[in-house]
Amino acid sequence: MAYKIVGSQCTGCSACEPECPNEAIYEKNGVFYIKPEKCTECIGHFDEAQCVAACPVDKTCIIDTAYPRYQAT
Amino acid sequence: MEIALESTAPSPNRLKPLRGIKVEIAGQPASSGGCGTTGGEGKASCGSSDGPDDMSPEIWEKVKNHPCYSEEAHHHYARMHVAVAPACNIQCNYCNRKYDCSNESRPGVVSQKLTPEQAVKKVIAVASEIPQMTVLGIAGPGDALASPQKTFETFRMLQEQAPDIKLCLSTNGLALPDYVDEIAKYNVDHVTITINMIDAAVGEKIYPWIFYNHKRYYGREAAQILTDRQMLGLEMLTARGILTKINSVLIPGINDEHLYEVNRAVKSRGAFLHNIMPLISEAEHGTVFGLTGQRGPSAQELKDVQDACMGGANLMRHCRQCRADAVGLLGEDRSDEFTLDKIEEMDVVYDLEKRRAYQEKVEEERQSQHQAKVDALSASIDAQNIDGISLDPEMRVMVAVATEGHGKVNQHFGHATEFQIFELTAGSATFVGHRRVDLYCQGGFGEDEQLPSIVNAINDCHAVLVAKIGACPRDELKAAGIEPVDQYAHEFIEKAALNWFSDYRSRVANGEITHQPRGDAAIRQGAFMAA
Repeated sequence: MAYKIVGSQCTGCSACEPECPNEAIYEKNGVFYIKPEKCTECIGHFDEAQCVAACPVDKTCIIDTAYPRYQAT
Repeated sequence: MEIALESTAPSPNRLKPLRGIKVEIAGQPASSGGCGTTGGEGKASCGSSDGPDDMSPEIWEKVKNHPCYSEEAHHHYARMHVAVAPACNIQCNYCNRKYDCSNESRPGVVSQKLTPEQAVKKVIAVASEIPQMTVLGIAGPGDALASPQKTFETFRMLQEQAPDIKLCLSTNGLALPDYVDEIAKYNVDHVTITINMIDAAVGEKIYPWIFYNHKRYYGREAAQILTDRQMLGLEMLTARGILTKINSVLIPGINDEHLYEVNRAVKSRGAFLHNIMPLISEAEHGTVFGLTGQRGPSAQELKDVQDACMGGANLMRHCRQCRADAVGLLGEDRSDEFTLDKIEEMDVVYDLEKRRAYQEKVEEERQSQHQAKVDALSASIDAQNIDGISLDPEMRVMVAVATEGHGKVNQHFGHATEFQIFELTAGSATFVGHRRVDLYCQGGFGEDEQLPSIVNAINDCHAVLVAKIGACPRDELKAAGIEPVDQYAHEFIEKAALNWFSDYRSRVANGEITHQPRGDAAIRQGAFMAA
């Protein structure tokens, strides 16, 4: 799995972008997105997903079940 | 919002003198006063006192043309904010980021977020159009230090391209200790820290969480980290000689009594100015406080807390709680003239010499106005008795004043969108704040439905001093117990107010009228939403 950002919830504040250890977050038209192939759910980096912890709006950075669980190598 | 009509009892500290407060900054003693205008001395001051005689030359140089740090300067010099730093690292119960930050900018208006390059372009354009624009601030809509790269990149470019503009920033203080040296590097003279508490038990009611060192902290633990970091950051700024203003949001029932302790704590750490602002809280803002029905303070509640804090860190009373991308003099907003599209079309030439020459003229006008006011005040009536009847020396009232600047009573009642409030005692007129109101007069006709809201806003005043007033509002104000006064039109405010007050006391003394206490007044919650 990877995290994804619910577009309708995103305020475009950019708080998540610099916190991502994988540089998986990018901006497009004032809203932020996560590249699922780059997202490691912060496993191996931090105790909690940084985008979730930094985001000012609840339930905006959520698990994207379309992707398999990240496996730390 | 419901307002108690009985005025609350004056706090024990209300009668403390305003002036002569000493503040230590960077080891150098500097004296500065509160927001006062005394009849005898004829001095207008707010926080930073009034002039070079009252503080060290270094401090005066820093505050003299900063509209937020000098009450007098704010009538002459303009500021602008650029919204380059939208991210925040804490959550406040009075802020809803989905909507916009209700206490830092007008709610519901999505700020035009700028890149550092766009911001610099905008600053240069505004500085060319408005040569008295002397201060650039980065004040959100997030926290200036939660996006440090964007904030400092903007400062770096501005220092190169517009070296005469003072730079300042506003922060919640969480990240402050990490960036104090960087702040000092860019010659940032002024930093504002929002400090609503120094006790985590109070803090947990205001801050649900913070994001710090890659971790989210909640509740009391979060509030403890925040207050520790704020105090440390403040001490570090003071040690480097950077002036600090502390913003506190007054939240009735949560930190109203506590703000006195906040004031003492920040004063002991060298804070230059303390700005106690009313909570803006409406359900439609979608904030936690808005949704839980937490009310903002009444005018009297705000004034009581401000008065109780007098004698500590100096109080700022002229704050207009402007939005994060405001442009112009405090209380006016010309940001619409400087949108990105419009800047693109402008032919901008940054002429340092032209700006300097213009500012010299502004300074000249300010000096002559100041002198004229001093002269006028020395001639004002400070009567102890009139026609052998002794006047009540203890009487204390407030008056509202309609002014469009120049320190004079020079605005038509119907044209006022805000009133200046002065507290009068025998021999002193002290500026204590502003009240925003709806425009009464629209297209030449008074809007009768607007009058009750104006009365609510100045209901704690005994009189309203105006240049002119129509017959209808005159009668209605009288009926509400507020005396409309137009015989001091175009006189200096303090002189007019003191002369009216002597006249009022003599009418009370000879039995013509009866002095009655006034009720409380409302702070208009939506006042900051419309220009």
